[in-house]
Amino acid sequence: MTETDKTVKTHKTPEAEDRVKIKARRVNVFYGAAQALFDIDLDMRLNQVTALIGPSGCGKSTFLRCLNRMNDVIDGCRVEGDIYMDNQNVYDETLDVVELRARIGMVFQKPNPFPKSIYDNVAYGPRIHGMTQNKEQLDHIVKKSLRRAGLWDEVKDRLSDTGSGLSGGQQQRLCIARAIAVNPEVLLMDEPCSALDPVATAVIENLIHELRQRYTIVIVTHSMHQAARVSQKTAYFHLGELIEYGDTSDIFTRPQHEQTEAYISGKIG
Amino acid sequence: MEDTQHISSAFDKDLAELNRKIAKLGQLTQNQFARALEALLNYDLTQIDEIVAHDKRIDELESKLNEDALTLIALRSPLAADLRRVIVAVKIATMLERMGDYAKNIAKRIEWVAKGDVVDVSNTSIKSMGETVQHMVQQVLEAYMNADADTAMQVWLRDVEVDQMHKTIFQELLQLMGDRPEHVTAGSHMLFITKNIERIGDYATGIAEQICFLVNGFMPEETRPKADETDHKG
Ligand SMILES: Nc1ncnc2c1ncn2[C@@H]1O[C@H](COP(=O)(O)OP(=O)(O)OP(=O)(O)O)[C@@H](O)[C@H]1O
Ligand SMILES: [Mg+2]
Repeated sequence: MTETDKTVKTHKTPEAEDRVKIKARRVNVFYGAAQALFDIDLDMRLNQVTALIGPSGCGKSTFLRCLNRMNDVIDGCRVEGDIYMDNQNVYDETLDVVELRARIGMVFQKPNPFPKSIYDNVAYGPRIHGMTQNKEQLDHIVKKSLRRAGLWDEVKDRLSDTGSGLSGGQQQRLCIARAIAVNPEVLLMDEPCSALDPVATAVIENLIHELRQRYTIVIVTHSMHQAARVSQKTAYFHLGELIEYGDTSDIFTRPQHEQTEAYISGKIG
Repeated sequence: MEDTQHISSAFDKDLAELNRKIAKLGQLTQNQFARALEALLNYDLTQIDEIVAHDKRIDELESKLNEDALTLIALRSPLAADLRRVIVAVKIATMLERMGDYAKNIAKRIEWVAKGDVVDVSNTSIKSMGETVQHMVQQVLEAYMNADADTAMQVWLRDVEVDQMHKTIFQELLQLMGDRPEHVTAGSHMLFITKNIERIGDYATGIAEQICFLVNGFMPEETRPKADETDHKG
């Protein structure tokens, strides 16, 4: 459990065996002079889905980007505080950022397949990380990743077609396949279903459920019901602060903080 | 909780309608129970048919409320306090409907009790038990309307009182039937009547628990003060 004193915690204590995979402590983020996140303390647990919710502009994407140092590439963005993955500081100077991003994969709101074939999209990561010795091994990884992403059956006969020729939901699953091809430990998803219809959404959600068995997943979503369906823990952000964190089943039935209550039930402040 | 409004005003209207139906149901049930008790204490058989007929209104209103709740859940996907409100409304409506059934059942048995004309002995204690339960029902419905968990808990704690009264009357009736076997039929009906009153009291405490859940998010057991731990020793 986090040692935050600002956040309101719900009554249940998490099961002791839930190991913390990523630990954020006193994280402050600035874009130039403007502060976007304030003293965020948050634990993300192994084999659990942590949902980040909150009004637009509250800092969800900013926080997500801190976890794999994607903020490093944003001009004027400054991150303070500590983020640990398995007790290793992600912001350690000596850490190889490319390797870090292989361990922490990311899926974005808009599916962004590379302008390459379906096969090459998935093979890209394993290739640059030198994960395979030969074509056979690479084929195996591509197939396995597409399978796990629930896309294999739909694309197995057209692997050399371009990725952008797929439907939106298929493209998103392709991006997930690409992210998991390098065997990450953590998967970050920023509104992965916002452009998808209910069926494609259900497929992705089902996939998240399966992926959680091996990974730690952090998902940003604007759909309260999606957060409720896919996550075990929910964190509510407001104006750059973490207001409430707890078991998803508690947050959506008996939130402790009135700001959380107002947000998730669609009320005027 | 009450003064914040939803961005969707139609949602607010739906929730208000749910409350209006609960208020109406509560009123009908209270009336039925009051009339049944009055008829019992006066051996007034002229009221019975009407009491029995009125029960249908409660049934109808309860099923309308269930439909409203179903639609509300499907169309508005309520969460947090809103979700609790809908679930609690459905549960309370079910309990009120059951309470109405007990009132009807009391009314139906009056004829048998009146024939025996035996129950003077326990009339005073039955009267005070009936009044106690009536008061609990009234209090708990007010507590619901005001989202007042404290008052609800007062009602909840009175359950023991009613149980005690019921036990006493039960003993009295057994004694009576033992002494005078010709009164067994009337006495048995009276046993059921007092049991029905006691059950109505149980439902009042059931509603109190729901109010506690509605307001606090937890059932009373979980939020009771520490002093109560002594209760669980045994
Ligand atoms: N590249 C940037 N440069 C300057 N300010 C930024 C940048 N990215 C985000 N911000 C600011 O930081 C704050 C948090 O933005 P962020 O994108 O993290 O919010 P969010 O919760 O993901 O919102 P949304 O739900 O709309 O995606 C906002 O005030 C935003 O304007
Ligand atoms: Mg965002």
